Amino acid sequence: MRLPFSDMYNRPDERNLLDRTGQGLIGKPLDRPEGPLKVSGAATYSAEWNLPNCAEGVLVLASIPQGTVREIHADPVLAMPGVMAVIADKAMVRRSAQGTAGKAPAQDVTTVEYFGQPVAVVVAETFEQARDAALALRVDYDPAEKPVPLDPESPQAEVETPSDSKPIEGGDLDAAMREAAFAIDVSYDTPGHASAAMEPHVTIAEWQDDRLILRGSYQMLSHNVKEIADCLSIKPDKVRIIAPYVGGGFGSKLGITHEAVAAAVAAREIGRPVRVVMTRQQVFQTVMRRSETRQRVRLAADAGGRIVGLGHEALVSNLPQEDFAEPVTQATEFLYGGDNRLLKVEVARISRLTAGSVRAPGEAVGMQVLEAAMDELAEAIGMDPIELRKRNLPATVPVEGTPYSSRMLVEALEAGAKAFGWDRRQPTPCQTREGDWWIGHGVASAARVNMMVPAEARVTLNPDGSALVETDQTDIGTGSYAILGQIAGEMLGLPIERVKVELGDTRLPAGAGSGGSFGAISTGSAVMRACEAIRETLAKKLGCEAEELQLKDGVASGGGKQQPIAGLVQEKPLAETGSIKPGKTAKDFSQASYGAFFAEVAVHAFTGETRVRRMTGAFGFGRVLNAKTARSQCLGGMVWGIGSALTEELAFDLRDGHLVNHDLAEYHVPVHADVPAIEVILLEERDAAASPLQAKGVGELGICGAAGAIANAIHNACGVRVRSFPLTLDKLIDQLPDPFAPATAKVA
Amino acid sequence: MKAFTLDHAADAQDALDALGAGATAIAGGTNLVDLMKLQIAAPDRLVSIRRTGLDQIAPDGEGLRIGALVTNADCAADGRVRRDWPLLAQAILAGASPQLRNRATTGGNLCQRTRCGYFYDTTQACNKRAPGTGCGALGGFNRIHAVLGTSDACIATYPGDMAVALLALDAEVLTQGPDGERTIPVGQFHRQPGDDPSRDNTLLPGELITGVRLPAPSGGMQIYRKVRDRASYAFALVSVAADLAMEDGRIARCALAFGSLGTVPWRDRAVEQALVGETPSPALFDKAADVLLRDARGFGENDFKIVLARRALAATLAEATLSNPAKG
Ligand SMILES: Cc1cc2nc3c(=O)[nH]c(=O)nc-3n(C[C@H](O)[C@H](O)[C@H](O)COP(=O)(O)OP(=O)(O)OC[C@H]3O[C@@H](n4cnc5c(N)ncnc54)[C@H](O)[C@@H]3O)c2cc1C
Ligand code: SF4
Repeated sequence: MRLPFSDMYNRPDERNLLDRTGQGLIGKPLDRPEGPLKVSGAATYSAEWNLPNCAEGVLVLASIPQGTVREIHADPVLAMPGVMAVIADKAMVRRSAQGTAGKAPAQDVTTVEYFGQPVAVVVAETFEQARDAALALRVDYDPAEKPVPLDPESPQAEVETPSDSKPIEGGDLDAAMREAAFAIDVSYDTPGHASAAMEPHVTIAEWQDDRLILRGSYQMLSHNVKEIADCLSIKPDKVRIIAPYVGGGFGSKLGITHEAVAAAVAAREIGRPVRVVMTRQQVFQTVMRRSETRQRVRLAADAGGRIVGLGHEALVSNLPQEDFAEPVTQATEFLYGGDNRLLKVEVARISRLTAGSVRAPGEAVGMQVLEAAMDELAEAIGMDPIELRKRNLPATVPVEGTPYSSRMLVEALEAGAKAFGWDRRQPTPCQTREGDWWIGHGVASAARVNMMVPAEARVTLNPDGSALVETDQTDIGTGSYAILGQIAGEMLGLPIERVKVELGDTRLPAGAGSGGSFGAISTGSAVMRACEAIRETLAKKLGCEAEELQLKDGVASGGGKQQPIAGLVQEKPLAETGSIKPGKTAKDFSQASYGAFFAEVAVHAFTGETRVRRMTGAFGFGRVLNAKTARSQCLGGMVWGIGSALTEELAFDLRDGHLVNHDLAEYHVPVHADVPAIEVILLEERDAAASPLQAKGVGELGICGAAGAIANAIHNACGVRVRSFPLTLDKLIDQLPDPFAPATAKVA
Repeated sequence: MKAFTLDHAADAQDALDALGAGATAIAGGTNLVDLMKLQIAAPDRLVSIRRTGLDQIAPDGEGLRIGALVTNADCAADGRVRRDWPLLAQAILAGASPQLRNRATTGGNLCQRTRCGYFYDTTQACNKRAPGTGCGALGGFNRIHAVLGTSDACIATYPGDMAVALLALDAEVLTQGPDGERTIPVGQFHRQPGDDPSRDNTLLPGELITGVRLPAPSGGMQIYRKVRDRASYAFALVSVAADLAMEDGRIARCALAFGSLGTVPWRDRAVEQALVGETPSPALFDKAADVLLRDARGFGENDFKIVLARRALAATLAEATLSNPAKG
């Protein structure tokens, strides 16, 4: 079937088809169809498959930072009950693969690159036997002769400009700073973060002759197949991955990780299926971290509060040769004006587990710092921080001159301000005290680049008038099942109960996978296109033009004719595969989702404890596909913002490089009591350049800047500006105003 | 985890017999099982004491006797505890999570081990876990560690909340052992590390905690203030338990205990003496803090605890003694 558009998304699809269909499913806050299965325990997560004869593998982690494995004393361990094998195969990986790598990451675990790197896997009949043996396994190491530093701030650390991140330079920033009416030059740092997905990394590997089946927890199956195949030197078509339910990923499951390769290698060696579940501590130590960052932000503004110079320079870290560098300045490139600019990211080569994509890589930490610095500028000028932001939205992207596809930032700031009651905020700090608590308010912009990636999906319209959507797209808890069904139901005029969605199996067409907020718009567009092809056929069968065709509640009408859709399909199902690839629209337009955060915090006058009392977020990300799942994404993002602002921090011991807080008891994510009432406002928008759905990504938007709003609120509350995240009480207490002062003043 | 056997003791004597034969007691298991997973504890024989009948709360003269197997949830919910020893209920409720408190017991809570990250990581040196290997936390990441009662061998805190309240309330730990019954003031139950950090408390081999005795209620103002990194489900950075009475604008009586500040739940009578008889004021609170912290020593990341303890004490005393302490 020929469609009016090629696979490549080269020009905006301005037909806004989803506004013309009549089923009324799009945007509706429908429940996730798999929700009841999940909350009742009936959804089978990867570790829960009970394969007959399955053995258990446990990884053994390096207890030195760098060196080589001299000897593994396997014999005593092999004599332990139930133990079958101790494996340190060359195919096993030292690093996890980066998202969309599609090839094996660094292999051969006899070289140790960081403390906690897996060096072997022990296989036994039961998990406890394997874990016992893994603890007992003695490994001798030769320390590295020329180790790389453990600390990114070490003068010995080699600092490089990452290959894919050229500095952006324009005008003369130094001169702009010198001459500016107001200039801010500040350094912030943010710590490393863990993804901390609820479900630990797990793989069950099963060989059927030369074919490998993996049941595991991954985000991007079509890439993962290639990665594992490359690791094992087999053809990708010999690998099948099954992952219908994934308990969160946040970036840590984008690429293949250690346990998958270890399970595959072990299963091949012992001739039985092998399950490798990482312990929580192992996930923390080995999989993926967000790099810590040191960021210098320079803002030069004229007397009217217009930014004339903007500098954002970041130092991040990664293992040697690793391509990924936290793209800290990604949103700074297009968010605010200022033609004199310097944006740059550098990466220090150190020995720590792989740094990669964790929850909105780039913007999560970049925006939080930029937005905190913007608050400093607003304070210096004496201007309302919302007004400052509004004044500095450029007409086209600075330096590049690219137009914006759409941008609801002003609307978000205004809608959020109104809902939050921003007009009641005290412009100067230390004005509001409730009992022992200082109260303050802060605002920040949200911005996150929009991305589309190649995706395919098959839609089948059955003779009984039901439809089936199939793709290897994953649902990591975000709502893929829900929205893909809604798109198909809307396009085919079927009630949602008549649409079934099957995901997470590489036998199905390759979806986008879950990452970078692109899953919904990419795979959703593929579903839409498959449905368009089906609509063409239906129109022909009904005898009308495709544009005239109306599909609603299982009935097709157009050109004066009307017939049940089932009748048009007759005996043979109509199956179409839709496909989309990023094209010219990705380059012709600056595409991003936008929003605004508002936070009210309370800072304890004595102890410096900070609690977020309420938050409002307003977001514009194109068409809302499902108001409930979108809201949940925004909510979750803001919760991560609370963590990033107040508690989350990977603590490394710089003597040996080990991660000290490698569990959820001491790596503090927000708990329920830390999460107050959060209001989410969704602003409807159409962005035809972003996708045929006119939708943009929303998954990560809620994080991107949220922590900045909280930091700004803390300053507004108690007057303390801490430039080192997380803003734990130890960094506040000795700068807080005298807690007794207000009372004393009143008495006097 | 190492393979182990599990038996259920039918009563205290049954449990004592098992302990005498080398078994390890397991109550709620919320700490012990974690330690077993990491093989920091590796008992081959467990005796569950949950069915020993030691799960009652009963009056004891004017005081109260809380069985060792009373869960933290039940203890904090008990009407008598809430009315007469609210400090204890507050402290328990400030700890862990509802799920854990449903499971955790009074005896187990007293015996919980430190949360020092080096203690829990078997790749690291730790004198408490592996005597003689050194102390990883000294010179390492020691943000949660103690500033009082430390030694060159160990700087770990006793991390719990309940015991801090018990200490301020002058409670006693009741035990039964091969040599009979003992009554140990809570203040003498936990051990400072000295040169043997491996022993957290003064419980003897084969000894069983049967309960905790609270003396008659003081009738004073009771406050448990727990300062922590997040609003719930985190161990204290510093906590203050206060039981205090005022008379004619002066502090008539006061008991103060501190958690996560020292290597053991910390009570210093000199602090109380500095306060009793005095008119509360910010300056007085500062003086009390000077006394409390006179020997405090930070190890880098935990230096802030010295400042924090001072401020947490001031906040607590202000709340307890100043009618309208901090209204702007
Ligand atoms: C995630 C997490 C967060 C937590 N947060 C807090 C917190 O904020 N504040 C806090 O105070 N605590 C906290 N805890 C600790 C919790 O309170 C303890 O784990 C619990 O009280 C231990 O009680 P239990 O009955 O489960 O002990 P178990 O784990 O069964 O036993 C612990 C130890 O005590 C010994 N033991 C138990 N009963 C007796 C007895 N009657 N006689 C002699 N020995 C005995 C056992 O042999 C074992 O060595 C937390 C725990 C976890 C896992
Ligand atoms: S502080 Fe104590 S528990 Fe921690 S490492 Fe040192 S000796 Fe071990």
